[in-house]
Amino acid sequence: MILSGLEPLILNESTGFVNVGERANVTGSRKFARLIGEENYEEAVEISRVQVEDGAQIIDINMDDAMLDGVAAMRRYLNLLSAEPSIARVPFMIDSSKFEIIEAGLQCVQGKAIVNSISLKEGEEEFTKHAKTILRYGAAVVVMAFDEQGQADTYQRRIDICQRSYDTLVNLGFPPQDIVFDPNIFPIATGIPEHDNYAIDFFNATKWIKDNLPGARISGGVSNVSFSFRGNNVVREAMHSVFLYHAIKHGMDMGIVNAGMLTVYDDIPKDLLERVEDVVLNRREDAAERLIEFAEQVKDQETGTKETDKLKWREGDLQERITHALVKGITEFIEEDAEEARQHTDKTIEVIEGPLMVGMNVVGDLFGAGKMFLPQVVKSARVMKKAVAYLLPYIEEEKKASGQETQNNGTIIMATVKGDVHDIGKNIVGVVLSCNNFEVVDLGVMVPPEKILDEAQAANADIIGLSGLITPSLDEMVTVAQMMQERDMNVPLLIGGATTSKVHTAVKIEPEYNGAVIHVLDASKSVPVATALVGDGRASFAEDIRSQYVKIRENNAKRRAKKTVSPLSLARENAVKFEWENYSPVTPTQLGAQLLKDYSLEEISKRFDWTPFFKSWQLAGKYPDILEDQVVGEEATKLFNDAQAQLKNIIEQKLFQCSAVFGLFPANGIDNDSTEIYTDENRNEVQATLHHLRQQADRPAQNPYRSLADFVAPKDSQIKDYMGAFAVSCFGAEALAENYEAKHDDYNAIMIKALADRFAEAFAELLHEKIRKQYWGYAATEDLSNEALIKEAYQGIRPAPGYPACPEHTEKGTLWKLLDVDKNIGSILTDNFAMAPAASVSGWYFAHPEARYFGLGKIGLDQVGDYAERKGMSKKDAEKWLQPNLA
Amino acid sequence: MSLDTMTQLNEILSKRIMLLDGAMGTMIQRHKLEEEDFRSGHFENHPHPLKGNNDLLSITRPEIIEGIHSAYFEVGSDFATTNSFNGTTIAQADYQMEAHVRDINFHAAQCARRAADHWTQQTPEQPRFVIGSLGPTNRTASISPDVEDPGKRLVSFDDLRLAYKEACNGLLDGGADLLMIETIFDTLNAKAALFAASEVMDERGKNIPLMVSGTITDASGRTLSGQTVEAFWVSMMHGQLFSIGLNCAMGAKDMLPYIKRLDKVATRSISAHPNAGLPNEFGEYDQTPEEMVAELEPFVAGGHLNILGGCCGTTPDHIAALKQLAEKYSPRKMGVAEKVA
Repeated sequence: MILSGLEPLILNESTGFVNVGERANVTGSRKFARLIGEENYEEAVEISRVQVEDGAQIIDINMDDAMLDGVAAMRRYLNLLSAEPSIARVPFMIDSSKFEIIEAGLQCVQGKAIVNSISLKEGEEEFTKHAKTILRYGAAVVVMAFDEQGQADTYQRRIDICQRSYDTLVNLGFPPQDIVFDPNIFPIATGIPEHDNYAIDFFNATKWIKDNLPGARISGGVSNVSFSFRGNNVVREAMHSVFLYHAIKHGMDMGIVNAGMLTVYDDIPKDLLERVEDVVLNRREDAAERLIEFAEQVKDQETGTKETDKLKWREGDLQERITHALVKGITEFIEEDAEEARQHTDKTIEVIEGPLMVGMNVVGDLFGAGKMFLPQVVKSARVMKKAVAYLLPYIEEEKKASGQETQNNGTIIMATVKGDVHDIGKNIVGVVLSCNNFEVVDLGVMVPPEKILDEAQAANADIIGLSGLITPSLDEMVTVAQMMQERDMNVPLLIGGATTSKVHTAVKIEPEYNGAVIHVLDASKSVPVATALVGDGRASFAEDIRSQYVKIRENNAKRRAKKTVSPLSLARENAVKFEWENYSPVTPTQLGAQLLKDYSLEEISKRFDWTPFFKSWQLAGKYPDILEDQVVGEEATKLFNDAQAQLKNIIEQKLFQCSAVFGLFPANGIDNDSTEIYTDENRNEVQATLHHLRQQADRPAQNPYRSLADFVAPKDSQIKDYMGAFAVSCFGAEALAENYEAKHDDYNAIMIKALADRFAEAFAELLHEKIRKQYWGYAATEDLSNEALIKEAYQGIRPAPGYPACPEHTEKGTLWKLLDVDKNIGSILTDNFAMAPAASVSGWYFAHPEARYFGLGKIGLDQVGDYAERKGMSKKDAEKWLQPNLA
Repeated sequence: MSLDTMTQLNEILSKRIMLLDGAMGTMIQRHKLEEEDFRSGHFENHPHPLKGNNDLLSITRPEIIEGIHSAYFEVGSDFATTNSFNGTTIAQADYQMEAHVRDINFHAAQCARRAADHWTQQTPEQPRFVIGSLGPTNRTASISPDVEDPGKRLVSFDDLRLAYKEACNGLLDGGADLLMIETIFDTLNAKAALFAASEVMDERGKNIPLMVSGTITDASGRTLSGQTVEAFWVSMMHGQLFSIGLNCAMGAKDMLPYIKRLDKVATRSISAHPNAGLPNEFGEYDQTPEEMVAELEPFVAGGHLNILGGCCGTTPDHIAALKQLAEKYSPRKMGVAEKVA
């Protein structure tokens, strides 16, 4: 027999007895019945989860209660279980005496389920009809030993009914291996002599069925057998174990049991075992009385509590405990274990190099194999750091005494380059590398190239790692490579960060430096690369990369040769053309700059788009689906819960401050893709001029060459048009993160920064809505859900300088001046026009109904010249700032 | 006919690998069709835009669809897969075209039937077959659209069952020889389709060979609804299938491990029709026939396959190359799967 949930369950000679979890049954579990009655499905789902964790291989679900709408309850519960991959991996047993409930259940399960049950009780016609339906749904079936006359209670009735049921089913085409018989487990030791042989009859019927009905399996509800000992778990558990022990020997394949309520047969005390076996095997007449008597004695004994299981791992040996703590991210006992390990070694450093590294290697292997995810690894690092911090004083002392250096894999200098403040990704890489026994020296953000190289040379670094998020950082990286060449260094250079790419590294950075230059896609790739660079094969590794990059350069050159750029004049002729005469812009409610200080964090948090949050933790997938993802769902959910807790903390304690400055201004387009912003409605005095860029990459006919300039009415149209600008920042994250870092808690440090980013983004989104509906008011009646808002299903856009539609960063300077952002909210621009704090968003507002986002793409040198002239910057500077877009 | 079809197919499969066709959408794109092409003569006054609803072309531009089928037959395909991927009331709701679902399927089958009959006449030694395509619909029966309520569903088993039933009847009336439930991302949807097909067969009193093809969407190696390929096979095995396989989603290279796993457990013919590699940043498939053959060769050389073809981005050039590849090797031997039951 084969069944399936999200994974297959194969029953054959080698599978052994299959546990069917019984607690999700309103007739069998009072707690479950209460939860379903109260519609507390969340907790009801937990009951199934616990059973799977306790080893149930199939989950039985029963909603047969007169007070319940059984069809609706079955459907709802199964749908909820299907959303829990850790539960839904096992097959479901749909248990009901009402066939309509069974059919409702079958319609909700994607796997091959098992129906429990059908029987000849209502006659052969009904039985056949139900069997055919089950066959069509592709489920296996449990058949009760029950016929028109009633339930089989003797050996002979059991085998007769099973034989008849089997023949009927097989004639229908029902696969014999999908048939399971339940030959009725009845209570024993009830005091009624007719019941004494029930267990024996069950065993014998089981054996007969296995011998005579090929393919068929045997199941049963085990807890029935001990029904008369309700309230005495010690005796009940022993009875279940004994019954199963013998039933399995006779061929029972599966049973509905409480997986948490079984003792091991060998663990049953001898005196109890003897009395229970007397009852089950009907060995003596007074068996029942003797067991009842004994039961009174043990009644008060507590059954082995499962609470202790949580700490069971503490019983392992030292290495097992350390590895467990590292893999599971448990800090609670790590100092104690580190101390114990220290007692056993001559040199404290061996604790790190030995047991701790052994544990971290397990973490590394699991991470590499995709069995652990980044948030878990960061938690592992927290445990590691705590242990190291504890051991460090001893190590220092020993070092002083011996004068020896410690051994590690190598030293890596890491920095976010000059002009850039983004460091979430870099911090993650740092954590992962330090977990792998690299000494990581993190120089922080906005680090000038000289400092990076000085520090690297001073520390005799084995590797330098550069990170950056904004496009000008790409040039900074080139600069670092050039300076390394000038200094005649030979240290490998690693390149990472959101805007970096293998192509850019190969084309722009690698040729500048004779040492190895390697692009590292993400944290998981950093370890193998760093390890290869310090290993024996480093020369050939570097050579491989080099030849790979040569190839990339050649391919890139070939591809670029194919791409053509239209002349700027042609692109401008083919701009988007609106019928301005039919356009009447909405006048903003209030013109000029306005301020929103310390905006309600709670209100902002309602607008979070969580998908990028998970992305920053290298968990791929869309929120909310990611929470149920097969691979990362569990970790994503944990991460999400931690984020929610931290978010609550931030909001309650007002740990962040979010402020915004924005302004709406009279504006009109002038020639050459520029837009003038005026001080007032007279439109005489120009307060600022925005210089937009226009797409130039060759495109099919009819497709316009776009520019943001197209979205504002031209001056000569006489139309009074407007545009806006904004900057929002979330303050407070850096200090908080530093606090966590000081406590070796990188997990929360990264969490804080990732949340600050969410605040800034959500605030920008919220502000945009207020602009549309209130401050500008061009879409006063807009009414969109958060989901629709995230999909940007509204009128107007808010492109940010530095992003695809307007990739040139210095335009932020214009924006800063226009809104006096420094003074108004306190965010600043770095040398390279990165915003500080990092959790900031700025941009322009365009309200035209046809305004849309686009990517500038490649532009020609003619436009660079034109742009330099318009902006009054040198052509060389313009080329520098537009480098990523040069064809 | 159906018993004949099954017998005929099994006889061919015992000798060689059979060849599916390639992409329909990619070929339609080459015609650069406009809104008018999707309406002319039939849906002139339909209130909703119809451009992009390719399934309608079997009605409005049948010569194009028949031409595409013929192009694949010309390079050696054994099968034409009907232009009916979205031909269910559920998928057509987006275009408010639910009322035309029967016609969509009927004419889709007719286009393929005409091409198949023509080519069977041309090459009697290679009879050609029509596979009625049943797409996954754009709704999922196992996954909630709402994180606040994981128990919520946008479509029920019965909705799907009824929609598939209508599609099956249209396809069979139009002359389909087989039915293929394809690009399955949610096994529950596919179970509803199997249920519908089984009802239709009962009502018609005949057996139709059923093909089932799932899709593994990412490196997790599972269907979108979370099943492993083994669990997927187990959940489908009650359908008395003619074949089971994988299509779409990933290129051939990434599909291979999962085909090998299916090969180990499945007791039916195995099919694979991967995309022409992974889409580039413009969403286009640019794997050449030679590259595709190179990636597929291990499938075929390893004896893992009975039926081979292409999905998104593949063209008659790809299928011609696959034909040559298929001729080099023997088909997977039936009955080699481990007995697991």
